[in-house]
Amino acid sequence: MIDLKSTFIGIQTPNPFWLASAPPTDKAYNVNRAFEAGWGGVMWKTLGEAGPAIVNVSGPRYGAWHGKDRSLMGLNNIELITDRDLEINLTEIIQVKKDWPDRGVVVSLMVPCEEQAWKDILMRVEDTGADGIELNFGCPHGMSERGMGAAVGQVPEYVEMVTSWCKQHSDLATIVKLTPNITDVRNSARAAVRGGADAVSLINTINSIMGVDLDQMKMSPSVGAQGAHGGYCGPAVKPIALHMLSEIARDAQCKGIPISGIGGVTDWHDAAEFMALGATNVQVCTAVMTYGFRIVDDMIDGLSRYLADQGMSSVDQLIGAAVPSVTDWNQLDLNYVVKAQIDQNSCIKCGRCHIVCEDTSHQAISTEINGERGFEVKDEECVGCNLCVNVCPVENCITLRELHDEVDPRTGEMVSAEYRNWTQHPNNSMA
Amino acid sequence: MTESTMHRSDQSAYAEHLLNEAEYQQNFSDIHTPFSAHSAVVEADRCYYCFDAPCQKICPTGIDVPGFIRMISQNNDIGAAGKILSENIMGGTCARACPVETLCELECVRNTQDDSPIQIGLLQRFATDQASASGAEFFTREAASGHRVAIIGAGPAGLSCAHRLATLGHEVVIYESQEKAGGLNEYGLAAYKMAGGYAQQEVAAILSIGGISIKHGMKVGENISFAELQTNYDAVFMGVGLGASKALQLEGEQASGVMNAVDYIHRLRQIEDLGQLPVGQNVVVIGGGMTAIDIAIQIKRLGAANVTMAYRRSQQDMNASMEEQEFALSEGVRIVHWAQPVGLRIEQQMITGVEFSNGQGPDTDTYTLPADMLFKAIGQSLASIESGTIEFAKANGRIDVDAQRRTSQPGIWAGGDCVAGGDDLAVSAVQDGKLAAISIHHTLIQNQA
Ligand SMILES: Cc1cc2nc3c(=O)[nH]c(=O)nc-3n(C[C@H](O)[C@H](O)[C@H](O)COP(=O)(O)OP(=O)(O)OC[C@H]3O[C@@H](n4cnc5c(N)ncnc54)[C@H](O)[C@@H]3O)c2cc1C
Ligand SMILES: Cc1cc2nc3c(=O)[nH]c(=O)nc-3n(C[C@H](O)[C@H](O)[C@H](O)COP(=O)(O)O)c2cc1C
Repeated sequence: MIDLKSTFIGIQTPNPFWLASAPPTDKAYNVNRAFEAGWGGVMWKTLGEAGPAIVNVSGPRYGAWHGKDRSLMGLNNIELITDRDLEINLTEIIQVKKDWPDRGVVVSLMVPCEEQAWKDILMRVEDTGADGIELNFGCPHGMSERGMGAAVGQVPEYVEMVTSWCKQHSDLATIVKLTPNITDVRNSARAAVRGGADAVSLINTINSIMGVDLDQMKMSPSVGAQGAHGGYCGPAVKPIALHMLSEIARDAQCKGIPISGIGGVTDWHDAAEFMALGATNVQVCTAVMTYGFRIVDDMIDGLSRYLADQGMSSVDQLIGAAVPSVTDWNQLDLNYVVKAQIDQNSCIKCGRCHIVCEDTSHQAISTEINGERGFEVKDEECVGCNLCVNVCPVENCITLRELHDEVDPRTGEMVSAEYRNWTQHPNNSMA
Repeated sequence: MTESTMHRSDQSAYAEHLLNEAEYQQNFSDIHTPFSAHSAVVEADRCYYCFDAPCQKICPTGIDVPGFIRMISQNNDIGAAGKILSENIMGGTCARACPVETLCELECVRNTQDDSPIQIGLLQRFATDQASASGAEFFTREAASGHRVAIIGAGPAGLSCAHRLATLGHEVVIYESQEKAGGLNEYGLAAYKMAGGYAQQEVAAILSIGGISIKHGMKVGENISFAELQTNYDAVFMGVGLGASKALQLEGEQASGVMNAVDYIHRLRQIEDLGQLPVGQNVVVIGGGMTAIDIAIQIKRLGAANVTMAYRRSQQDMNASMEEQEFALSEGVRIVHWAQPVGLRIEQQMITGVEFSNGQGPDTDTYTLPADMLFKAIGQSLASIESGTIEFAKANGRIDVDAQRRTSQPGIWAGGDCVAGGDDLAVSAVQDGKLAAISIHHTLIQNQA
């Protein structure tokens, strides 16, 4: 078993599995239970400035998208930052950090966009002994209407300004948490880098409405007669998070800034993928809100075995390992040719590959083999699009075969071994 | 006369009330646990929604199986039922009684993948049950055509034909010798498959379309002549089933304790108090089909101590599916193969044993099984409906029909168990009735023009 020791902007933890700033990290009670279960670190639930307490709705704050067997695919929420008193939170943080010196405790913050407000809260956090701060520039509801959260995160100049205040007024390691509710996440990340951030974390939740109750004819969930958009997270958002993560990881202007990956991480496999695309560690929220803290057990065991299988001796070797494989479309090799092929031994003859290819793609799968029901790829029509692979219910039944040194029956041309992308292509008038 | 033979010579001396009320209840209640709404959706979601689906192709009535299952997965249970019933008006009975393991569920591609087919029968049951609970109506009648059609027999074939004709605007009169409609759904299928009076519930739903009247207690050939029907109606459909039981052709077959399985089941299906049925100690069933399995299990569940099914050929030759055989075995029924009955042991007019030879097996020794009750389940045959006046072309002793279910006599259609080439299943009878109705409709419309 490989030791999963992890170092993130100087914070040492026994493993790279952190809890994201959210209800699971709202109180010492929860955090103690999380550490007992084995979590490496926590981003404490976002604190606001001193003063009247935050007021949450007393109606439903969560909504979910379910699979047919009620597996939870996506979660949405309209919760605000912590509604507990600032002093109580700070006192608890001091105690927790004392009790768990080997775990990471970072405090998430969100106060009005005024220098004094940040100065005040930073002083208080420094006194707790916490390992750092995470600036919540992501919360998409409730706080953003008050000029905080995503309202800051969506304007790169504000991101840079607030980040630099934090660096100026404290010695705390500063992580900037980014919102996905923007067009190009690199602009926010670059602003954080310019402001002097030690790291960025992403993604926060995505603006969303879960659905409509068609009997009552109102959006759902709703608080009484009406509802409001909320933040979407959980397994469904993982592909979006991975994309944004990799954009930052391979962006020269972000200068290799450490990244904490968030968004739909549910098991060790997800965690490994985030790390391979550039995350130093991962944060989890929905998965523990679905199954409880105990899932960290399988994450630790699974990741450790995976590293051993890959011949890696530490998590550091995984970080960013797959980043070079991500590029822009115009760099893809247009001479690379594959054809789908169906393994007749594992084919169960459901015909789904045929009907989708016939109705929606390239009419490249036939329905009979020697007069019997059976499905076969017509190489002269197949463009290697992967749709049949994706809809086939049998794993590895349909695979893609690479063509080398042979004629592509579709084009009648020899497959070239030479790399040629769009920028080099004769059909590209701009080339 | 020994005491035991004295007892046996008297039918009423069979032990009665072998079980208590709760045990009868348990043994004859619904054999399947229906899906809950949640489990139905989960099961429906397993369906791959195959292209040109094999399950649909093998269904004698051609139900759009992937289509209705997809509707269940979208919580459109009523729409699913509509899809089912539009092809098979007895979708509810078929969901309970079809040997799905040899039809749709056998063909399910999931068998190849993981040996666990979609439970199509239970899903069909779920949809049709939801629909009947909701009181949804799926059919309307076309404008009255002015044509009248006579149907003989209110079994699956007759009712299916009647319903389709009624939707097409024709008036239908069914002549049925029994007191209740449904044919073997009411009088023949195993009690635990059709629990809760389902046959009559389904009949009522079918008749609710209107335009169908049933004349009960009217046996064609006895109470009314075939010729009268031909004169008074524009077309005639025969769905008379197989009224006669085959005989063993052995000495002593008339002795008491020797019975036709279907007659006994008929009584079982109608009796109020199951405890009043005569039940032997050592029961022998002769046959290898669905009827043999059904009587063996039901007599066992009535409390018979030893039940042996004797079949003259090998296990593979049995008409009963492997699943049905396994079910019988799990119920404690013994099954012997290569057992050809060659003689009956009779004492005081009462059966005491059955003598078997090893049939076509290599060994020709004979042996005797003790029996105080013997059921014949070796098949049914066509009962003659009327002497002399009308002759149908036959094949294998049954009425010969073409693809449209036309008999050799113009103006007369037939379907269900009474015609040749079928598989003696309710679902096939329903399909025959449906095809005949479509053919009758086209013929009547054409003649009009
Ligand atoms: C014991 C047993 C168990 C079975 N189990 C199953 C099963 O589990 N699943 C399955 O799919 N199939 C099963 N079958 C077969 C199924 O019941 C038949 O295939 C189906 O009922 C045939 O329908 P039918 O309409 O052709 O005939 P029937 O159901 O036999 O109906 C014929 C009707 O015609 C009436 N009739 C006959 N002659 C006249 C006359 N001269 N005048 C007026 N009325 C008349 C009869 O009273 C009866 O109502 C079983 C059969 C038996 C015997
Ligand atoms: C109920 C709820 C409350 C949240 N509150 C906060 C918060 O106070 N501060 C914050 O930075 N993120 C908050 N988040 C966002 C999570 O920290 C995390 O970024 C997001 O849920 C994506 O991760 P996941 O897919 O693992 O849930 C909240 C999420 C949920 C579900």
